[in-house]
Amino acid sequence: MKGNVIKYTQDNVDTDVIIPGQYLKIHDYAELATHAMEGLDPDFHSKVKEGDFILSGKNFGCGSSREHAPIALSHSGIKAVLALSFARIFYRNSVDGAFLLPIEIEQNAYDGISEGDEITINVSLNEIKNITKNQTYKMKPFSEIIGKIITAGGLFKYNPDQN
Amino acid sequence: MNITEKILARGAGKSSVSPDDVVFANVDKVMIHDVSGPGVIKVFDKLKKQGISIDKLWDPTKVWVAEDHFVPSAEKVSAENIVKLSNFTKNYGIEKHFKYGMGQYGICHTISHEEAMVLPGEVYVGGDSHTNTTGALGAFACGLGHTDIAYVLLNGKIWFKVPETYYFKLNGKLPDHVMAKDLILKIIGEIGTDGGAYQTMQFGGSGVDEMSVESRLTLCNMTTEAGAKNGIVEPDQKVVDYLTQRGTTDMNLIKGDDDAEYAKVFEFESSEMEPTVAKPFSPENTTVVREAPSVELDKSYIGSCTGAKYEDLVAAASVLKGRKVKIRTEILPAAISIYQRAMENGLLKIFLDAGVTVGPPTCGACCGAHMGVLAKDEICISTTNRNFPGRMGHVESQTYLSSPLVAAASAITGKITDPRDL
Repeated sequence: MKGNVIKYTQDNVDTDVIIPGQYLKIHDYAELATHAMEGLDPDFHSKVKEGDFILSGKNFGCGSSREHAPIALSHSGIKAVLALSFARIFYRNSVDGAFLLPIEIEQNAYDGISEGDEITINVSLNEIKNITKNQTYKMKPFSEIIGKIITAGGLFKYNPDQN
Repeated sequence: MNITEKILARGAGKSSVSPDDVVFANVDKVMIHDVSGPGVIKVFDKLKKQGISIDKLWDPTKVWVAEDHFVPSAEKVSAENIVKLSNFTKNYGIEKHFKYGMGQYGICHTISHEEAMVLPGEVYVGGDSHTNTTGALGAFACGLGHTDIAYVLLNGKIWFKVPETYYFKLNGKLPDHVMAKDLILKIIGEIGTDGGAYQTMQFGGSGVDEMSVESRLTLCNMTTEAGAKNGIVEPDQKVVDYLTQRGTTDMNLIKGDDDAEYAKVFEFESSEMEPTVAKPFSPENTTVVREAPSVELDKSYIGSCTGAKYEDLVAAASVLKGRKVKIRTEILPAAISIYQRAMENGLLKIFLDAGVTVGPPTCGACCGAHMGVLAKDEICISTTNRNFPGRMGHVESQTYLSSPLVAAASAITGKITDPRDL
């Protein structure tokens, strides 16, 4: 995967800013995307491009169980969120619904990657390359179950009896 | 094994499990509401297009449905979601659907205990993050998203990584004027909003033994704000009595073994707690009320699964009795059964005499949905659970989280007020 980074330099980017509560009644994925990140970055919808990544700090996606959060990001074009850590429901919603990859990164990647940098993510090598800055970082590998669900293409395509 | 491990082992059909094991656990109960239900319907539509059968649920008798987030409907999208939900339960033969305007209904987590929908020892999942609440009855109670809930509805099981358990030993009875809400805010202030991430937060000790079931529900409710997978209390006679009063006759009281292991043990002197608030914009941003900033409040909100149980209304009434509110104050009992008890026992009269608006059960403004959301720059003290930017309305509004006693005392003065100082 290759794309450009949109960076939010804070911890605890919560579901109330990823998709504010007033939009929870909406279940049209394209419409949800128009409100993605509205609580934190009103310009997000106009600047995000297909294939972009989000980079942020600790506990990304904390708060509610709303699957609207990974849906809104995914349907905005975001293919992966890179963060120092993730809140649990956002993490499993992203994977089980096959919306985007939640990638846990180390401090060096968080510090090294800037807004707008072009990066590639190689999941099989657990490696992130910063093309803009010519740097390479390790990503934390997915746990076994998460890796299998991602490979299958989401929870409904994963067969626990065969894998 | 501890209680969470024993429940998950039973659910997974294994003799034992350990932290980090991945299990597929059979689910005993599952809940959807007017946000997660339409979300699940959307997932079902996708599955149908992929050729996956959605003709019937694994067991409609184990499913129950709440209407809470956007009720009563303020506009047509919300109204249509309620119709979708009703069609869904009708088509799939789900009988336990608590509809607004038809007797008992309320916030899903409140219905879970008021109607004894979840029992000790069960694996219970809900399409809402505060599903953790019901762990206070001794169940494994965990929130999930739409895809996972759709999976449970069709397959009756779901995967879990067995969590490590953080044990919170609470020493001594809470002092007068201090509630479980103060205690859980204090705990989140200490460990942070990711302090329990992916873990179980289990509460025990004399402080919990002394507490009512409703107070334990408040503790478990806000384990979500510390990132926990579940909150839990081992069931005792108080839980048995609580559920027996609600018609339950058969309970499986699972408790941890004497040699149960805990990844960490935290001790809090509950007998020395003080009224506490969380300042904007995070539940971990806590301070004791007497050191809170002197801000001019616009509103006091006593509502939600966290702060509008019957005990919470009794606490608010104890402060409001014979007084008048100085700022807009709304009280929304969390279920019709609570509303009814509040009427029968004179609480509604106390509230109305004080100038409070009493609203219907709804998540309403807690999640910024409707019914009293905040305008730009408005400042609210609230018995709810989160105060992230925009949580209760405009992104530049502010929410202070507190107990019902503090919210009521603050309603009287218009400033954040310790109930001991009234």
